[in-house]
Amino acid sequence: MHIKADTQRCLGAGQCVLSAPDRFDQSDEGTVLVLEDRVDGPAEEARLRDTVALCPSQAIALEA
Amino acid sequence: MTETSTAAPADARELPAYPQARGCPYQPPAGYDAYRDQGPVSLVELYNGRRVWAVSGHAEARQVLLDAATYSSDRVHPHYPATAPRFESARKVRNFIGMDPPEHTVQRRMLLTNFTVRKVQALRPGIQRLVDELIDAIEAKGPVADLVPDFALPVPSVVICELLGVPYTDHAFFEQQSRRVVTGTTSLEDSADAFAQLASYLDGLIRRKEQEPGDGLLDTLIAEQLSTGALNRRDLVDIALLLLVAGHETTASAIALGVLTLLENPEQLAALRADETLLPGAVEELLRYMAIADGVARFATVDTELGGHQVKAGDGVIVVISSANRDDEAFPAADAFDVGRGARHHISFGHGVHQCIGQNLARAEMEIALSTLFRRLPGLRLAEPSGQLPVKEPGGVQGIWRLPVTW
Repeated sequence: MHIKADTQRCLGAGQCVLSAPDRFDQSDEGTVLVLEDRVDGPAEEARLRDTVALCPSQAIALEA
Repeated sequence: MTETSTAAPADARELPAYPQARGCPYQPPAGYDAYRDQGPVSLVELYNGRRVWAVSGHAEARQVLLDAATYSSDRVHPHYPATAPRFESARKVRNFIGMDPPEHTVQRRMLLTNFTVRKVQALRPGIQRLVDELIDAIEAKGPVADLVPDFALPVPSVVICELLGVPYTDHAFFEQQSRRVVTGTTSLEDSADAFAQLASYLDGLIRRKEQEPGDGLLDTLIAEQLSTGALNRRDLVDIALLLLVAGHETTASAIALGVLTLLENPEQLAALRADETLLPGAVEELLRYMAIADGVARFATVDTELGGHQVKAGDGVIVVISSANRDDEAFPAADAFDVGRGARHHISFGHGVHQCIGQNLARAEMEIALSTLFRRLPGLRLAEPSGQLPVKEPGGVQGIWRLPVTW
């Protein structure tokens, strides 16, 4: 499983950066940057699902 | 205009009003319990008699806020529900808060780089210096201090001035006009006049900046958007108006009410004082609990289903933030104020594409203001019984008008 990000949908709220700073950053344009996209194990998946749910513009997702 | 839903039995019922006055300034109005008694989505009546849907359930609130195509924010549209007379004049101010995608998205993207987590992080040392100076002045003057004008208001006001490139020397003017804009009971005429005065002031400021550029966000927008024709002068004035008003009045309320909420929950304040790592979570919990923005409005663009109800195209929908943040299904024991809760999914900044663009700045200001105040004035306490503090009127930014303290 890995993290997928859509910079076209991203509106720069920064919720992902606050929620999972080890995985997300923001570019100079203010949109999402994925630092590490691999999701290993159920604990990581659960944690990152919470992060995905916080994104107000539905710009990030977990994919198989 | 479609004014009621077709939920026929409701037409005969007397409906609860929206908005209602808060008794305790950091609790939802007791009258909102009547909404939840009808389920997560129920009918309410606005000041002008219009019947609209009130969304009190957290899941349903997210559903509405995430679906900008079905639930429009277009304030110019006659179906957009005005929750107070002053919102009728807000219809004429055109900026991204009252637009739908793709129009909304073009304006929002122009501003993104100024409000990233990293940009806000870089502002923190300056915010800390400002907060320390304000507390120096409070200490020098001695008790009693009113923390609204002496602390809660100047923190965000100075910060947004510096960010935008607005001279802080004009703060008395724009703070007064902003209050006329955001106070729930302001009349249509009064709010229209306040909007006009702010627009005229900002138009003059932008014209001066075109001659003598500075280094604020407004200067960047002039250079990159106005001069290229991406924004016209009216667009820029209306964006500046939103950033200036929303940039100080909401956070000022949140800081003052945050102080009061912590003072009235001494065991939670003690927990926060004992463990500074709780600070970011404590600010999230304050945001959830206080819900400074009581609710936000949308209207349905198509016939749809929401919380088991048939919502018709044109129906007004109010997302009752103060109720959705207290939904026990989303937040166990939601009425308990718990700085260790660790929940970030409140909708105090909204959700969806309109979620507050300044949210990280607001968080930084609240964190620095609250932690520094309680550290430097350890004996801080109210100088008047909390029941005597004047609560802001319904239908606007929620909070208190005064906060007299001693230490």
